[in-house]
Amino acid sequence: MADYNICLAGDCAITIDFGNQIDQKINRQVTLLRDQLESLQIKGIVEMIPTFRSLTVFYNPEILSYQKLKAYIEQCTSAETATEAHKKKVYVIPVCYEECFSPDMGNVCAHTGLTREEIIKRHSGQEYLIYMLGFLPGFAYLGGLDPQLETPRLSSPRTKIEAGSVGIGGNQTGIYPLDSPGGWQLIGKTPIKPYDVKREKSILYEAGSYIRFVPITEEEYWKIKEEYEAGKYKCQVEEV
Amino acid sequence: MPGGRGVAMGGIRIENGGALSTIQDAGRIGYQALGFGTAGAMDVDALKLANTLLGNEPDEAVIEMTLLGMEVVFEEVNCFVLTGGDMGATLNGDTIDCCKVYAAKSGDILKCGFCKDGIRGYLSFAGGMDIMPVLGSLSTSMKYQLGGLEGRKLMPGDTIGFKNPKAKLSHMKRRFIEAPIYKKDVTELRVLLGFQKDYFTEEGLQTFFSSVYGVQSESDRMGYRLEGEAIGYKDTVDIVSDAIVPGAIQVPSNGQPIVLMADRQTTGGYAKIGAVISADLPLLAQMAPGSKVCFKEVTLEEAQAALVEKRIQMKQLKRRLERWF
Repeated sequence: MADYNICLAGDCAITIDFGNQIDQKINRQVTLLRDQLESLQIKGIVEMIPTFRSLTVFYNPEILSYQKLKAYIEQCTSAETATEAHKKKVYVIPVCYEECFSPDMGNVCAHTGLTREEIIKRHSGQEYLIYMLGFLPGFAYLGGLDPQLETPRLSSPRTKIEAGSVGIGGNQTGIYPLDSPGGWQLIGKTPIKPYDVKREKSILYEAGSYIRFVPITEEEYWKIKEEYEAGKYKCQVEEV
Repeated sequence: MPGGRGVAMGGIRIENGGALSTIQDAGRIGYQALGFGTAGAMDVDALKLANTLLGNEPDEAVIEMTLLGMEVVFEEVNCFVLTGGDMGATLNGDTIDCCKVYAAKSGDILKCGFCKDGIRGYLSFAGGMDIMPVLGSLSTSMKYQLGGLEGRKLMPGDTIGFKNPKAKLSHMKRRFIEAPIYKKDVTELRVLLGFQKDYFTEEGLQTFFSSVYGVQSESDRMGYRLEGEAIGYKDTVDIVSDAIVPGAIQVPSNGQPIVLMADRQTTGGYAKIGAVISADLPLLAQMAPGSKVCFKEVTLEEAQAALVEKRIQMKQLKRRLERWF
């Protein structure tokens, strides 16, 4: 495994840090370590937070000592693992980019010099790594936005952006999981809910997996929305 | 709607919700990787004490009241206790003590006023409240309207049912402790330094440990904003976002530390000099704007021993309440 530091994060957590960078390889180390520790089912681990560049492991010090946990971690990080060839999990998210759901498409066209069709093609044409979830439940920090699509945030943020809205903010792209104020340029909307406490898996995806946006028509949007609300929609997940 | 009432009637009716009252338990654990903050009682010692005095499950949910407490009417008999900061409560007009269990009858009126010492008072009921858990917890995350009562603070007209009310508990006369005193000239908070301490200069670290910081009025459940001598750092305090533990001390570019608390976001992009130890977070939770803190470095062993000591104290209290003689 790559270079890392094991450090204290208060008295009930340990952080394993792989470097102060946004880098797919580093993030892959985080995901790998999380998966390894999970598979060990260590008694005393309360939960883990994978981030861009580190994994923080919360533990109960009365059940599991710092030293023992550190030893488990070192056992994982020193293990020989094939980091290149791994199964990618890709969540396919339907997005309607049509005018009714893309109020800021004009801004993005003007800033990038691209046509609406080009923007949709580039935005939906690739897989985005979910570096981490944070800020709000289900808010995914996605990596890999085509630099040609970068558009500055709105100078005057909206007080309310509806859940499911898909946007671009600077060099970031993503989906608003909840109604929230925000400054991203909205270019589409998904009829499904990335965040749904009523669903068994309350957040659709997880850090380390990928998202791909698939363009749908307005008609398809309403059809899928109805299906979703009736509990009949199943999100497509590809294992690549 | 996520977080709501169960089927029971009776319980209590809120006549006045006070400044900010929410239902909290020990926190929503297990979902931080998905971006769900833990929420939970700011003064977890007050929560544990209440549940021990009432013979409840140790992490049973309570109502956390901030600065100005609630006025509630009991629509059903039950035993209750107020812990944390003393809000000068009365029951049917008669003054009652903090940290002492009382039995309420149907129609009884409990009025909590301004917190005289500390800033957060806790109202707890025998058998707990009949509220639906969301993702395993009754804690309220107001930012995204999740948990507790409809994900919000309590308002006049709200009713909350009791899960398992008790007209009285065994050994009622034993069910009290002397209320702690929170007011201090300067509260010392014990700290464990983190790996991002290297973002700060030697002078910066010295400043951090030798200065007295004042609690700002913007402090809330998300974090305590402190004001004092700026903590010097090397090149920058911007980091690629990583996880935030309870009590983490973030230092933004103005060098003024922020101690992150129950409603903190799960991840953040400012360097953290270290974290206040878990055992000292309840002290901070009772500090009003204007109060003063200073920081002292301790070892991991000391920090964890402090937690064990607290648990043992509650265990001893529980034994004392339950012994038959």
